[in-house]
Amino acid sequence: MACIEARGLRKAYQTTVAVDGVDLRVEEGRILGLIGPNGAGKTTALNAILGLTAYQGELRVLGREPWKERDLLMRDVCFIADVAVLPRWIKVSQAIAYVAGVHPRFDRAKAEGFLAKTSIGRGSKVRELSKGMVAQLHLALVMAIDARLLVLDEPTLGLDILYRKHFYDSLLNDYFDRSRTIVVTTHQVEEIQNVLTDVMFMNRGRIVFGCSTEELESRYLEVTVHPEQAVAARALKPMYEREVFGRRILLFDGLDRQQLEALGDVRTPTIADLFVAVMSNQIGTAQGAAR
Amino acid sequence: MNTESNAVRETPLESQLFTARAIPATRVFCWCVRREFWEHRLIYIAPLAAAGLFLAGFLIGLIHLPGKMRSAMALDPAQQHDVITQPYQFAELLLMTTMLIVALFYCLDAMHGERRDRSILFWKSLPVSDLTTVLGKASIPILILPLLTFAITVVTQFIMAILSTLVMLGSGVGSAALWNHLPLLQMWAMLFGHIFGFHGLWYAPFYGWLLLVSGWARRAAFLWAALPPLVLGFGEKIAFNTSYFGRYLEYRFSGHPETVVYIAGNLNTEQLPHLGFFHLLSSPGLWAGLAVTAVFLVAAVQLRRYREPM
Repeated sequence: MACIEARGLRKAYQTTVAVDGVDLRVEEGRILGLIGPNGAGKTTALNAILGLTAYQGELRVLGREPWKERDLLMRDVCFIADVAVLPRWIKVSQAIAYVAGVHPRFDRAKAEGFLAKTSIGRGSKVRELSKGMVAQLHLALVMAIDARLLVLDEPTLGLDILYRKHFYDSLLNDYFDRSRTIVVTTHQVEEIQNVLTDVMFMNRGRIVFGCSTEELESRYLEVTVHPEQAVAARALKPMYEREVFGRRILLFDGLDRQQLEALGDVRTPTIADLFVAVMSNQIGTAQGAAR
Repeated sequence: MNTESNAVRETPLESQLFTARAIPATRVFCWCVRREFWEHRLIYIAPLAAAGLFLAGFLIGLIHLPGKMRSAMALDPAQQHDVITQPYQFAELLLMTTMLIVALFYCLDAMHGERRDRSILFWKSLPVSDLTTVLGKASIPILILPLLTFAITVVTQFIMAILSTLVMLGSGVGSAALWNHLPLLQMWAMLFGHIFGFHGLWYAPFYGWLLLVSGWARRAAFLWAALPPLVLGFGEKIAFNTSYFGRYLEYRFSGHPETVVYIAGNLNTEQLPHLGFFHLLSSPGLWAGLAVTAVFLVAAVQLRRYREPM
């Protein structure tokens, strides 16, 4: 069974279409990065998956319809939203007690264990904690839940690089075990590149690109072209071309590595490079269509 | 590679076994109520503070008690009764007023606060239904506050009676007159019916309405709560020159004629109204009110489901 399965998922607000017919299938045990510019519809799509918003189209998460069964779904699904959402008045001890009280799959000892590694006091209120500590607390609560799907929407927004690194490290080392599925959105793509098993780009409410990171590594190659080879390289129809310090860098899809090595230095593009390429082509196509 | 695929197959089975340990709905509900106490500490601080201040005032007033009792002896029994029971009435009035004010402010903030600070996203990330959450919030003004106020009033009046007895024994007046006019247990039985029946159940539609508006309004919830009834009342007056709506509201506020706006002092054994709490339970007005409350709460549940945080 797929963890998330969407067909024709659509969500329109009064004036805008936030999600415009998304087809999506996420298998269990994957770590999917959902990447897109602001306003691409990532958060809306995640909200639909979490049962926080009504939608059109077909959507099944762990076999359930999120909008109809949010409370049941939340036994198996956890999420951290894009803003600090722990209530500011709550004490750390109260937050633990409450989650332990209402969540059948919460392991209190585990949460206490995670917190023991931090400097968060049990008696302090969330409003007294720093931004990074609040994120640590929320992560400790979430990681102590034996969930099958974890959704993270910009979980590290506004945190400094040490916290961000630590956040993803603990997620990978202490939480992920291949039976769980994680969906994460972030603008700091490069920081989670090695964490992901799959990547999806979203733009204007649609999924414009999707593949596994393995496929990404084998399929896409970036060549820093020797100036004298520029014409030959362009003849191979790169999907994107950019200039860095006067050197042309071309991105190719599905070409042979050896063939490209003749043209210049070849390397695997980062997700960020690929994202820029895909998005620029999108804009190009859109402009072409407008003409 | 093999071990990995095995692990993937095993885990869902394990998780299914784990899910079997579901938490009973009543326990989840209790946690919801508990979290309201954490968030809105006024629920218990306000009545406790009111009771404490009142007792402090009463303690100072005790100096005059022996003199007051001596002069009361000269009065006829009805006046004696009034003199003796007056402070107990004041205690009840003060605590009930406090309760109503707390209930008003609580209801206006209950559904609003979690959207304002976006913590609703945290609450919704837990396996607690919107219905349970809203019922937990509604139970505060309808059940919890009346019970709490009743308990605090009983303790306050008990302390008052004990202190008075001690002072009067000490001053040699004797406490017989005091206890003759102070049937505490009966007073408390009546008070329970009044607070729980009238300020809890009879007023439930008001609380339901306030909760609904608090879930709906982006700001100025109080204004939105007060405006529609006003507009309806005046609109009806202008359009039809009638005031059914206004009179109905007044009736909901001041109570069924049979609910007997009870104050401790009016309690004489011979006029002990047989119309107390149980009579209220059999009045159609109460049940109609509870039905309206249910409609408001269902709407509040739907609002909480559909509305996104501010």
